[in-house]
Amino acid sequence: MKDKLVLIGNGMAGVRAIEELLKYDPDLYDITVIGEEPHPNYNRIMLSPVLAGEKKIEDIILNDLDWYEDNDITLVTGDRAVKIDRVRRCVETESGKTFDYDRLLIATGSKPFIIPVPGADLPGVIGFRDIADVDRMIDYARAHEHGSAVVIGGGLLGLEAANGLMKQGLDVTVVHIMDSLLERQLDATASAMLKQSLEERGMKFRMEAQTTEISGDGKVERVHFADGESIDTGLVVMAVGIRPNIELAQSAGLYCERGIVVSDTMQTYDPIIYSVGECVQHRGECYGLVAPLFEQAKVAANHLAQVGTSHYEGSITSTKLKVTGIDLFSAGDFHEQEGDDVLVMQDARLGIYKKLVVRDDIIKGAVLYGDTIDGTWYFSLMRDGTSIADFRQTILFGQHDLGDAGHGEAARVMSLPDDAEICGCNGVCKGDIVNAIIDKGLFTLDDVKAHTKAASSCGSCTGLVEEILASTVGEGYDAAPGVKPICACTDHSHDQVIAAIKEHELKSMDAVREFLEWKTPDGCATCRPALNYYLLANWPEEYHDDPQSRFINERAHGNIQKDGTYSVVPRMFGGLCTADQLRAIADVSDKYQVPEMKVTGGQRIDLFGVKKEDLPAMWKDLSEAGFVSGHAYGKAMRTVKTCAGKTWCRFGTQNSTGLGVKLEELTWGSWMPHKFKLAVSGCPRNCAEATIKDFGVVCVDSGYELHIGGNGGIKVRVTDLLCKVETEEEVLEYCGAFIQKYREEAHYLERTAPWVERVGLSSIKEAILDDEANRKALYERFKLSQKYAQIDPWKQRAEGGDAYEFTPLKIA
Amino acid sequence: MSNWTKIAQLEDIPRLGSRVVKTDTMDIAVFRTGDDRVFALKDECPHKKGPLSQGIVHGHKVTCPMHNWNIDLEDGCATGPDEGCTNHFPAKVENGEVFLQLPL
Repeated sequence: MKDKLVLIGNGMAGVRAIEELLKYDPDLYDITVIGEEPHPNYNRIMLSPVLAGEKKIEDIILNDLDWYEDNDITLVTGDRAVKIDRVRRCVETESGKTFDYDRLLIATGSKPFIIPVPGADLPGVIGFRDIADVDRMIDYARAHEHGSAVVIGGGLLGLEAANGLMKQGLDVTVVHIMDSLLERQLDATASAMLKQSLEERGMKFRMEAQTTEISGDGKVERVHFADGESIDTGLVVMAVGIRPNIELAQSAGLYCERGIVVSDTMQTYDPIIYSVGECVQHRGECYGLVAPLFEQAKVAANHLAQVGTSHYEGSITSTKLKVTGIDLFSAGDFHEQEGDDVLVMQDARLGIYKKLVVRDDIIKGAVLYGDTIDGTWYFSLMRDGTSIADFRQTILFGQHDLGDAGHGEAARVMSLPDDAEICGCNGVCKGDIVNAIIDKGLFTLDDVKAHTKAASSCGSCTGLVEEILASTVGEGYDAAPGVKPICACTDHSHDQVIAAIKEHELKSMDAVREFLEWKTPDGCATCRPALNYYLLANWPEEYHDDPQSRFINERAHGNIQKDGTYSVVPRMFGGLCTADQLRAIADVSDKYQVPEMKVTGGQRIDLFGVKKEDLPAMWKDLSEAGFVSGHAYGKAMRTVKTCAGKTWCRFGTQNSTGLGVKLEELTWGSWMPHKFKLAVSGCPRNCAEATIKDFGVVCVDSGYELHIGGNGGIKVRVTDLLCKVETEEEVLEYCGAFIQKYREEAHYLERTAPWVERVGLSSIKEAILDDEANRKALYERFKLSQKYAQIDPWKQRAEGGDAYEFTPLKIA
Repeated sequence: MSNWTKIAQLEDIPRLGSRVVKTDTMDIAVFRTGDDRVFALKDECPHKKGPLSQGIVHGHKVTCPMHNWNIDLEDGCATGPDEGCTNHFPAKVENGEVFLQLPL
């Protein structure tokens, strides 16, 4: 006999918890869902667009009736749970039905707060909460063409309701008790800008107005205010706030304050009763946004499924107003306190206002109006507690000013047409993404990636997709407080895993997974390569590389091409070569019938179209001619690009090719968090383009400028100057130390450019320039790891290593 | 139907890895999972025909090296939200030897 689970409340939070639970174990419980509304679970966030006529009810259904049936869930709709009997462990409904439970999940949500004035109970006074409310508003608008409506409350919900009613053709007045709109989301300046632009659309306002009475004969006719004035109307929408629905829980004797009080495991004071959603009070906070509710749902499901590993620790949230054509964004604590710094940019003509509240170089809050493209960026800086010390001067200009030339101005996504391509890799347009978010009920970046493939290849459009998501869903959806797990196999972040490997001397993948309580026995294609790298970087002497945890390119030591063949790039140190070497490459190409050859951007020669079975033999020939692997396929040190240098060039100041060869001899073979490129230019004309490399050297007459964190790829980023040194020995030492710091601290698949931005240039300078002992120690550790890394993988395989990888099985 | 063909010793296939069997009509990828079971799929992702044998094996799934689709080894179908299936063939281990029912 299965245990019985009863869910009270057929809304977004409760049903999400059931979905998460089914993912763990679809057969653990007999599940019953009791819902007061006659509808299956729908997307409450999308009620505003429904009211505005931009969406239909059927567009916003999240789980249709088939879903309940397919998952063997008993659904009770249009019936209200009226009693929880904790002794007999059963729930009674209004129609007299009784449901026994072994575990109970309360997700009763909230209800609109109705101001207790005379006449508040008249027909025509409604909240803005469910489909029934929306139906009433639309019916009223149809029956009263050019009629009037009053919305009480100038918050997010009130303004969205007012906007929708206006779209339905009504003359709408917003009544607000405060002197500025959205006072919880906006400061006075942004609020005034918002009011002005809503007024231009025809919305009327009555500010600092206290409603004293609603009057009428059997239905609403007039709203009265404290100053004696009144407005004639037949519809009053109360949108002054929500109150958690706690009465049912309270009457069952569960401890409640403003909401039903729950622990970090989402349990109420009765441990077999869980609660999630807007009815819940956690660590003193009640949440009204969907992101935290889904976090809660996840945690509750984890415990209901008897896994019991996750905890809810509260959320940071951000909000956006879903009124088409008005861009505003706010997050965190944007009312400055004493000791805070306030960064402001304002252009009244363009209708742009940006304000950041900063404490000790960390963003505490943000308000954006008119230009919200960087909202998600500021939000992530805030959530991660990133120091902005290194780019405070330019932070208000936005992320693209920080070397991100990728999209820049074109990135104002919400003004783009539906057929604008967002994801260039997978050809996904804005309309595809918006439709998927709405039709499939998506709330997270991962959902959007999985369903649309947008942002799932190179990732350069991630910011745009997040922006579309935030604009469509209307709020910050990524509420994980500071900790982003590596993948679905674990709750731990990259940093936590790296720290655990070091501190607890975890030296195998099984040890890491066991110690950190991985949820899968052997990980997945995301975490396995990451763990393999971290172990390799931390324990170079002891850890044995696991080929099955490497992406195919690194396992086969060549780049897989779309037709399943491989490409081969022999290493040419510093980009130098001899006639013999070129002859050897030509001979190999003939022998293995290479269909195409190309000179790469890193000054190497790429041989395309090689069959996998031919690779070892080809490598044998190349190896005998003196070549080693070019690691063009790996998250590894790739190439050192050089210019002609002073041997030949009339401008050259130093021997750039010679130094390039030395750098490549030092660093080749090294595995990295991501690909890593170097360059040496012989003079400031910088023909080797050293200032867009991970580590670049620009020779000057008096020595060598060392540049770090550049990138010529997805997002062009010019390097930061690390320092200037005088000798080649110093260049090698600083380079080795920088690489080792990157190898030890960066997240797997994080290139130096975002890493430098994340940890801050100053922290890197501190570790490498100011602390000589630390620099030398880093350099020594790098050289130690190179002892094990500089074994040519091609030669090994040419001599028969990993032969199984390259030979098909023969049928006996 | 008892056309089981012996194709290898279990240890010929790396754990959490795969080998390819070439037949007259197609390449078949034979996978060995962490719990030492074996599965056989046509070596072609239902998405854009990527060679599944070159992917990373985890649980009873393989991730295609081309565009990261996850394919269920038991039935050859993409796991949600992706959609599509590749052919799967019966495979078993007996006394440390791997057998396959090859398509006729």
